[in-house]
Amino acid sequence: MQPTSHAFPANARIGLADETLQRALGLARTGFPLRRQQAIERLPEFEALREQGRTIKDHTLAHLDFYLELYENHAIAAGGKVHWARTAEEARAAVLEICRSVGAKTVTKGKSMVAEEIALNDHLEANGITPVETDLGEYIIQLRHEPPSHIIAPAIHLMKEQVADTFRTAHTHLDAHRVLDEPRTLCDEARTVLRPQFLAADVGITGANFLVAETGSSIIVTNEGNGDLTQTLPRVHIVVTSIEKVVPTLEDAATFLRLLARSATGQEFSSYTTVSTGPRRAGDLDGPEQYHVVLLDNGRITLLGGEFQDMLRCLRCAACLNHCPVYATVGGHAYGWVYPGPMGAVLTPALVGIGEAGHLPNASTFCGRCESVCPVKIPLPKMMRHWRERQFVERLAPPVFRSGLRLWAMLARRPAFYHAIVAIKARMLGWIGGRRGHFRTMPLASGWTRMRDMPAPEGRSFHSLWAERQRRATR
Amino acid sequence: MAEPARVALLVTCLVDLFRPTVGLAAVKLLEQAGCTVEVPRAQTCCAQPAYNSGDRADAKAVARQVIAAFAGYDYVVVPSGSCAGMVKVHYPELFADEPETLARAQELAARTHELVAFLVDIRGMESVAAVWPRAVTYHDACSGLRELGVKAQPRRLLGSVEGLRLTELPGAEVCCGFGGTFCVKYPEISDKMVTDKAADIAATGAEAVLAGDLGCLLNIAGKLSRLGHRIETRHIAEVLAGMTETVPAIGEPSAA
Repeated sequence: MQPTSHAFPANARIGLADETLQRALGLARTGFPLRRQQAIERLPEFEALREQGRTIKDHTLAHLDFYLELYENHAIAAGGKVHWARTAEEARAAVLEICRSVGAKTVTKGKSMVAEEIALNDHLEANGITPVETDLGEYIIQLRHEPPSHIIAPAIHLMKEQVADTFRTAHTHLDAHRVLDEPRTLCDEARTVLRPQFLAADVGITGANFLVAETGSSIIVTNEGNGDLTQTLPRVHIVVTSIEKVVPTLEDAATFLRLLARSATGQEFSSYTTVSTGPRRAGDLDGPEQYHVVLLDNGRITLLGGEFQDMLRCLRCAACLNHCPVYATVGGHAYGWVYPGPMGAVLTPALVGIGEAGHLPNASTFCGRCESVCPVKIPLPKMMRHWRERQFVERLAPPVFRSGLRLWAMLARRPAFYHAIVAIKARMLGWIGGRRGHFRTMPLASGWTRMRDMPAPEGRSFHSLWAERQRRATR
Repeated sequence: MAEPARVALLVTCLVDLFRPTVGLAAVKLLEQAGCTVEVPRAQTCCAQPAYNSGDRADAKAVARQVIAAFAGYDYVVVPSGSCAGMVKVHYPELFADEPETLARAQELAARTHELVAFLVDIRGMESVAAVWPRAVTYHDACSGLRELGVKAQPRRLLGSVEGLRLTELPGAEVCCGFGGTFCVKYPEISDKMVTDKAADIAATGAEAVLAGDLGCLLNIAGKLSRLGHRIETRHIAEVLAGMTETVPAIGEPSAA
């Protein structure tokens, strides 16, 4: 997917003007945080678990080469094949080659953000292979030719009426007069349509929430069971994932599973947690004949050892999106690429470049809610600030903004001069605005006054009042 | 009450320009809490505008000035969670690579407190003498809440104001959309956020909304005023110090 992150302000305006999106976001804004809150209140050790999660990830990242090799050795020993991909292109090529080697026509897919990152569907289609998304949300947006707007709820920007319309347009073989006004009915219809696809698919592609070094296993969590059908029924299972998903042990994975569902959806545990280790063994009742893992770097390695390394702890739970007031206002599509919200504001510039994604780390009030809910305590605002620092050093910020800042700094470093200026400004603005108490328009501040009034200063600066008070006291 | 203490007031640039009464209210409360208050003249701003814009060099220059101006006091008190958080949390981060200044930044951070948290947690204040018969609601400004844990202290003191009835604000912990330069860099997004905030405030039926940060209050007052709501917006210090008669609410005309 071609990023449009540079157009964030325009994208955001589209989101703000979209009434259906605003209704959908309104529902999500209170729902997710409430469910998370209730889930963690039932788990007194949640804070300790967050600390433990952070420690495990930090340890793993400090020894990433070791754990990746360990993982690869065990995955191979279990009969799997590991394909290292430095870039999105290499990852796409690896997947296509596997599909071609078995003459695949149809590929079913479980939800995978890494597959979105490498734009896998477009590549498969361009090469004559039909990808079928099997996660309900992903299936809906695939039919609508839209990118996901949320990393765990890809169709969260839609209301059920839009989904019904989409299904009517796509499922022309069904009765045109059927009733589709309940989420349950929509879900049943998707199941009915997808069932034969699961059986027909030659290859099943899933992502991975975790890779376990000690066993060579991949783990996925889903709530729909589609992941299991995707990876168990076809002859070939391909796991498309990225290098930072590795954890040392199954025990460690269990720690993250306890954090993940609570942070994501407010569940104690996702409905399905599936551990896959290699292909079907002799005597197994089911499972694929081939088990491949495509391991993507795509720039992640460059974050190691630097100011953005903490971002590699991310579990993709979406708690930061669910608690972000900016995300809740503009929706995920405004961010213009695969990863929206606070985690996207930090990760996207790393993966597509700060030149393209420069708006994202700036479009934050630094309210800090994302960091406060992150299950692995990623300091997201701090890293957004680091991006702003890079932009400043590389002179990427708008010139008018830079000169404003320079003027402010010049004044702020000269207290006596500063106090004199502020005293005059307070007097002037207080005098002009005092009668009404506020300004309805103000030169150079239209960004503010177009939508809200600017309260007028009282008329005297604090420092001038204080100086007077001191003079009176000493007289 | 605690031992007498020598306190320096970090006025904040917004209070200095827009709302000196907040500073005077802070002084009054600190004096009630047994402190002698001084206002170092060499202060301007806490350096957040530069720091949050990625301009570390200017942020450091202004922060150094603050560190020097506030040396030697028992405490530094700030009528803003955001500026207090800057000194307490971010100065040590800013100077992480300069060991000598870092030590001074950490020493300052340890002495620095947000006003209401200082009154309750450090000075042991349990009540104030103010009277304000109003139905009010309270917005938890982000930095104070999440960087400094200011949550219970304002409610405790507001509970002692005679006649004041506090209704909790749904979404009190959600950002109002101010965010420093954010509100002018992304005005439409900021506007949607403060519009939602204004709707939540209006839905409580409160006659007044209070908070501990002037940036948020200017934003909220400006939106309430533009929408035509007759809801008073005030800094909590004005109410606790009994100075609501001294000035009209934020954005409202003076009676004279």
